Amino acid sequence: MLIKFKKEKETLTAYLEGEIDHHTAAFARNEIDTELMGGTPAKLILDFGGVTFMDSSGIGLVMGRYKTANSINAALEVSNIPQNIYKLMKLAGLEKLAELKRKD
Amino acid sequence: MKNEMKLTVPSISANESFVRVAVAAFAARLDPTIEEINDIKTAVSEAVTNAIVHAYKNEVGKIYITVTADEDKLKISVRDRGCGIENVKKAMEPLYTTGGEERAGLGFAVMESFTDRLTVTSKKDKGTTVVMIKKIRSKYGCK
Ligand SMILES: Nc1ncnc2c1ncn2[C@@H]1O[C@H](COP(=O)(O)OP(=O)(O)OP(=O)(O)O)[C@@H](O)[C@H]1O
Ligand SMILES: [Mg+2]
Repeated sequence: MLIKFKKEKETLTAYLEGEIDHHTAAFARNEIDTELMGGTPAKLILDFGGVTFMDSSGIGLVMGRYKTANSINAALEVSNIPQNIYKLMKLAGLEKLAELKRKD
Repeated sequence: MKNEMKLTVPSISANESFVRVAVAAFAARLDPTIEEINDIKTAVSEAVTNAIVHAYKNEVGKIYITVTADEDKLKISVRDRGCGIENVKKAMEPLYTTGGEERAGLGFAVMESFTDRLTVTSKKDKGTTVVMIKKIRSKYGCK
């Protein structure tokens, strides 16, 4: 699991790469929250373009980041979602918390 | 021809990826689609993670994985000798979790939706067995 960040005006984008499971989720959580709290942007984008596997630990990760973002009044968007991961996010009803954008 | 494999691993989180990849490799000879392989990996990851996170919460114990392949049917069993579940019906309800803030409470819901059949048997202080059946649909309409 690897995360790269990009800051542009009021938007913080986190590019996630690799597999998200319980083993890697804690690392991702710390990285994203540290970056988010350090800059207090108006919008957080989680870019899933490089994510090759995800289970419910990834759902917990997105739900948790929604809470952190919400606490500083930042909106959440999840972008570049691969088809199999989109299936899981819909099952979890994540569209109620974040704008979900599929990979084309 | 019936085929079978068994794996026993300690409940450390690095084994989550190892077990799901091993089961997927075993399943490969049933000629599944990429989507079916992904469903299997996700469901296995849920069951193994539960054994690590919940069953052996403050200890390291053994997780026993048995997979059998019979024609187009894959049967995956994940067993632990951990704390057990008092109320299985309640534990299986979507969003129910004893795992705190970072858990969604959706593991069982995912196993249920990504496989064809899920059975959970558990006894307090004895452990839990999760059995999942996944039918591999032929890509070519017949086999
Ligand atoms: N092997 C197990 N041993 C003991 N308790 C378990 C086991 N598996 C599940 N549970 C209990 O059932 C609950 C629901 O499990 P489920 O996998 O659906 O959600 P979760 O693990 O809490 O969250 P998520 O899987 O979304 O990260 C758990 O919170 C736990 O209390
Ligand atoms: Mg779980």
